Amino acid sequence: MSVVSSSNNSIAIQIKNLSRHYRMGEALIRAVDGISVQIASGEFVALLGTSGSGKSSLLNLIAGLDHPTSGTVVVKENDLAKFSREELAKYRLHTVGMVFQSFNLISSMTLLENVELPLRFAEVDRNKRESLARQALQRVGLIARLGHRPAELSGGEQQRASLARALINQPQFLLADEPTGNLDSQTGTEIMNFIREFNQTLGMTIIMVTHERALAERYASRMIFLADGKLVGDQPNVISATAGQIRGGGL
Amino acid sequence: MKTYDMAELAVRNLRESILRNSLTTVGISVGVASLVAMLSLGIGLQQLAGRRLQKSGLFDTVVVTSRRDLHGFNREQEENGPAPAESPTLNESARQKIAQLPDVLEAYPDIRFITELRYENKPHLTMVAGLPFSAKNNDAFDGMQGNFFSSDTAAEVILQKSFAAQLLGKTPKTGGEEASVTELAKPLLGKQLTMRYAERTATPEAGINSSTSTAYSVVSREATLTIVGVSDLDPDSMRGQARARVFLPLKLAQNLHVMQPSDLRDTTNLTGGTPAYITVEVHVKSPTQVQPVEDAIKKMGFNTFSIVDATRSLRQFFAVLDLFLGIFGSLALAVASIGIVNTLVMAILERRREIGIMKAIGASDGDVKGLFFAEAGVMGVFGGFVGVALGWTIGRVINLGTNVYLKRQHFPPEQIWFVPWWLVLGAIAFAIVVSLLSGLYPASRAARLDPVQALRYE
Repeated sequence: MSVVSSSNNSIAIQIKNLSRHYRMGEALIRAVDGISVQIASGEFVALLGTSGSGKSSLLNLIAGLDHPTSGTVVVKENDLAKFSREELAKYRLHTVGMVFQSFNLISSMTLLENVELPLRFAEVDRNKRESLARQALQRVGLIARLGHRPAELSGGEQQRASLARALINQPQFLLADEPTGNLDSQTGTEIMNFIREFNQTLGMTIIMVTHERALAERYASRMIFLADGKLVGDQPNVISATAGQIRGGGL
Repeated sequence: MKTYDMAELAVRNLRESILRNSLTTVGISVGVASLVAMLSLGIGLQQLAGRRLQKSGLFDTVVVTSRRDLHGFNREQEENGPAPAESPTLNESARQKIAQLPDVLEAYPDIRFITELRYENKPHLTMVAGLPFSAKNNDAFDGMQGNFFSSDTAAEVILQKSFAAQLLGKTPKTGGEEASVTELAKPLLGKQLTMRYAERTATPEAGINSSTSTAYSVVSREATLTIVGVSDLDPDSMRGQARARVFLPLKLAQNLHVMQPSDLRDTTNLTGGTPAYITVEVHVKSPTQVQPVEDAIKKMGFNTFSIVDATRSLRQFFAVLDLFLGIFGSLALAVASIGIVNTLVMAILERRREIGIMKAIGASDGDVKGLFFAEAGVMGVFGGFVGVALGWTIGRVINLGTNVYLKRQHFPPEQIWFVPWWLVLGAIAFAIVVSLLSGLYPASRAARLDPVQALRYE
């Protein structure tokens, strides 16, 4: 396994022998099966694999949304497996921001309220909340639509709003689960440019799940390949040098 | 999350599914309303009974009779105490002694006699009784036309409605509509009656000191009296056959020295010969002091009677009634709280995804729990306020209906419904507490929801 270093070489996430198994009727599903990997601060990592390969399950474990069956996820020297539910909630609130394929905005709330929501959980004063939410919406170009509800917006606009929401608590990590999966290519590019900008200007560490290799090759600094819950490839994004290896990895 | 934010978000969420949540809130308020309506009617009835009984003078009254009359109010009284022949006479000096007992407001003799009254030269025979001036506030004079006596010695009379009808020759036909008191009073008020009566006077043989003599003569007299009032109700209804239909001021009645049935006995006994009273009525400051006053009078050697024991069982009855009304009201509230649980559990199913999203972006279990808890609380607050208003209205409507009915039955209007402050506050607090308790289960269920599963839910 090769460890790819970015400009900032400190290890942000250290995953060791991580497994997530669950039962579905009689069958034991090994969604994540003994994965070990390290991610450095400021990296832009793409998790690649077919559907069912375990990439989303791995992302959920890193996001602290799910508990591992065995193994450890150490983020900034804290083992998530040892966190209480309360500590995990705090971790999700302050350390990571998430965007999803289906945007996951709350349909009954306006954009402003959606973006403001994590600040409510963080107990930020109400007068401060609104200006922070406006700034975040400004950043993704949605300031004119802050009073609209998600259903009144296009997919691209919804995803931009969810990016604003992910950014609002200034997390160190942005975890994106197929962020362009529901978008046309042009809108997808727009979203990816925002994510790249966050990576480059804010120094956020990005972990993005995708099944589109081209997207990963275009934006990520490192590509991790998964199949059947196992890590089958991990390489820096040097397209010419890795083309053969990807094929060899069974993709 | 801060409490204020939580409440704000809860109200916001409730507004989103306004129909369903309003129905639940209506469910809570119906529960609270029935609780309030039932309790307020119970309290109102209790107060009404208390007021009526208090005003009727029954519960602060002790009736005193002499043991010489040989009929006690019960066997126990007949058997205990001094023998009839050795017991004191119930005369003026005994009355004064009784009046000076602690906690006694007044003690007055019961003076009543059957006599003839002439109105427009037509004789009418009826029972006449003396009324103490303190009877002015008696509820028996509710709806009376004219006025109460101007003084305790004024030559005035108050007529009971039925006697007024008799004077006017308007005897009601059986089943016929009774003439109203206003109609009867109009031609009579201010008119004069002539009363013929038998006066007990000292005989010349008895010497100067008539008060110690057992000898007296009976002289026929006449008195002219002005009709000042016609009473709608029957102030003397408790007297049964002996009830009077014409009332004189008590002092006036005493000063007339009307021959009393007991006077006859005085001529044969040797007790000193002052006119004796058949009964003396004693008014006590409050019903709670009836017992000690009764005991003190018994010690003086008289028989006594009061309805204090009857009140005790009556109060118990109302306490039980209140309890039952409260239980029925609480059942209604229990039904309402099942409605709350149902709505909140359904809300979790409907909002699973939303809960998943909130957790993914950093909501803690406590935030989610608090939010659902706050929603239940907000519904409780609204349900409580609306319910109290509704219950108040229901009580008012029942009160109004009762008064319409009472009016048709020719009774004066009555307040049968009362909402005390503690009931208003208590009902609202009860609604909130029940709502919060009902919210506990759905809230902790929402908090336990696995975010990964919840996010997958469409």
